Amino acid sequence: MIKGEHISKSFEGRTVLNDISVEFETGKTNLIIGRSGSGKTVLLKTLVGLHTPDQGRIFYDDVCYTELGFTERKAIRKDIGMIFQGGALLDSSTVVENVKLPLDLFTDQSEEEKRARVDFCLRRVRLEGADHLYPSELSGGMIKRVAIARAIVLNPRYLFCDEPNSGLDPQTSVVIDNLIQDITREYNITTIINTHDMNSVMEIGEKIVYIHEGHKWWEGSKDDILLSDNRELNDFVFASAMAKRAKQQIVK
Amino acid sequence: MFKIFEQIGRYCQLMGKVFSIPEKPGIYGRRIMYEMEALGFNSIGLTAIISIFIGAVITLQMAINLESPFIPKYLIGYATRETMILEFSSTVVALILAGKVGSNIASEIGTMRITEQIDALEIMGVNSASYLILPKVVATVLFFPLLTLLSIIIGTIGGYIIASATDIMIPAQYIEGLFYCFRTYSIVYSLIKMAVFAFIITSVSAFCGYYANGNSLEVGKASTRAVVASSIVIMLFNLILTQLLLT
Repeated sequence: MIKGEHISKSFEGRTVLNDISVEFETGKTNLIIGRSGSGKTVLLKTLVGLHTPDQGRIFYDDVCYTELGFTERKAIRKDIGMIFQGGALLDSSTVVENVKLPLDLFTDQSEEEKRARVDFCLRRVRLEGADHLYPSELSGGMIKRVAIARAIVLNPRYLFCDEPNSGLDPQTSVVIDNLIQDITREYNITTIINTHDMNSVMEIGEKIVYIHEGHKWWEGSKDDILLSDNRELNDFVFASAMAKRAKQQIVK
Repeated sequence: MFKIFEQIGRYCQLMGKVFSIPEKPGIYGRRIMYEMEALGFNSIGLTAIISIFIGAVITLQMAINLESPFIPKYLIGYATRETMILEFSSTVVALILAGKVGSNIASEIGTMRITEQIDALEIMGVNSASYLILPKVVATVLFFPLLTLLSIIIGTIGGYIIASATDIMIPAQYIEGLFYCFRTYSIVYSLIKMAVFAFIITSVSAFCGYYANGNSLEVGKASTRAVVASSIVIMLFNLILTQLLLT
């Protein structure tokens, strides 16, 4: 479980997050949604520790992360996997080297053990035969798969995904979404996904938090969204005329 | 003025992170070898080409300007050697490397910053400053003095070639000048200077790249800042080191 209590964050006097309290459950795919510039990426980066909140506390299970020192935080960070929007693979390393890096740095496994673990993770994300390719030689979907493999290689307890579907076609997006959901259930991870892809919301949104202008505006599941009368949420989720008609049909 | 002190403070903080205890020294060994090839070995060609031409030009200039029956010809070889050892092969080569290697480091690390690769390392619990910058610093501090030695040797060979190819002097006189009043300490001084300059080029350029933010334009600006700042600091330390080591 990851919990944020009264989180506020400003940049150069501009408030981006305003008193947000939220709880994300273990074994579920938790989604943060919102318009571009609503503060969802800042919320995700604050939860993961890349930004320090101006106010509020963040809990990883029972541990208050915001009150930890550098060394204790480092220990928790080894339990965190993160998938960045662009993949954030190291350009000068091959697929195998990218996935193996956390094992090289934080385990005392032999080369054979590390290689076996890397192969397992690459198979798990259904990426084989690309071991010695560099990120520049991979497609967008392959980059995301490598990023997922690297994120899970150390068996994380917490998985953060920043717009994992950006730049992908709808079919590949669904594959990546399902992969993240499967991994979440299989390893009982607390997964938080930051997205504005409505396909993802409807596909894997077990718990959804809608951020609007730096505030937590709404929370619920993908089924609740269909029945919600929250105007801002409906304007965001059912933005097109076709989506509005679809919702009216469902409500009827 | 306040901004300069702020930048120096941030630079010192970054160096504190860079020189903190590494997670796995074995990993760093491999990365140092990689950086030696990328930053040092790949600079041999440029250093050699520039050194051979500068050595030849210095010899020609000396021959033209020391045209006098009262000045022995071997002094041309002596002057070429001293110029190469004392200034060119350390300071000028360092300035050239600041352009080549410095901009490379700043743009590489800057790109890693804006594409969130550094954030990814931090999330993994890796000390990104140490992991990315320390191998580059160690590699250049160890390798660049070898480039200085190479530059001295090739520069003096360039002088010999021009002396042999033209009628400005007898090559034997040039060789005599090369060994005239030779002091080993001059070489040591040159190597010490280059080791310090290597540290400056790498750390200042890495600093500029590490704190780049925004888009590719910012990476370009960081790269330019790296070359300018490294060059200025090199000139400042050239003065300080010369005062400390030669007087």
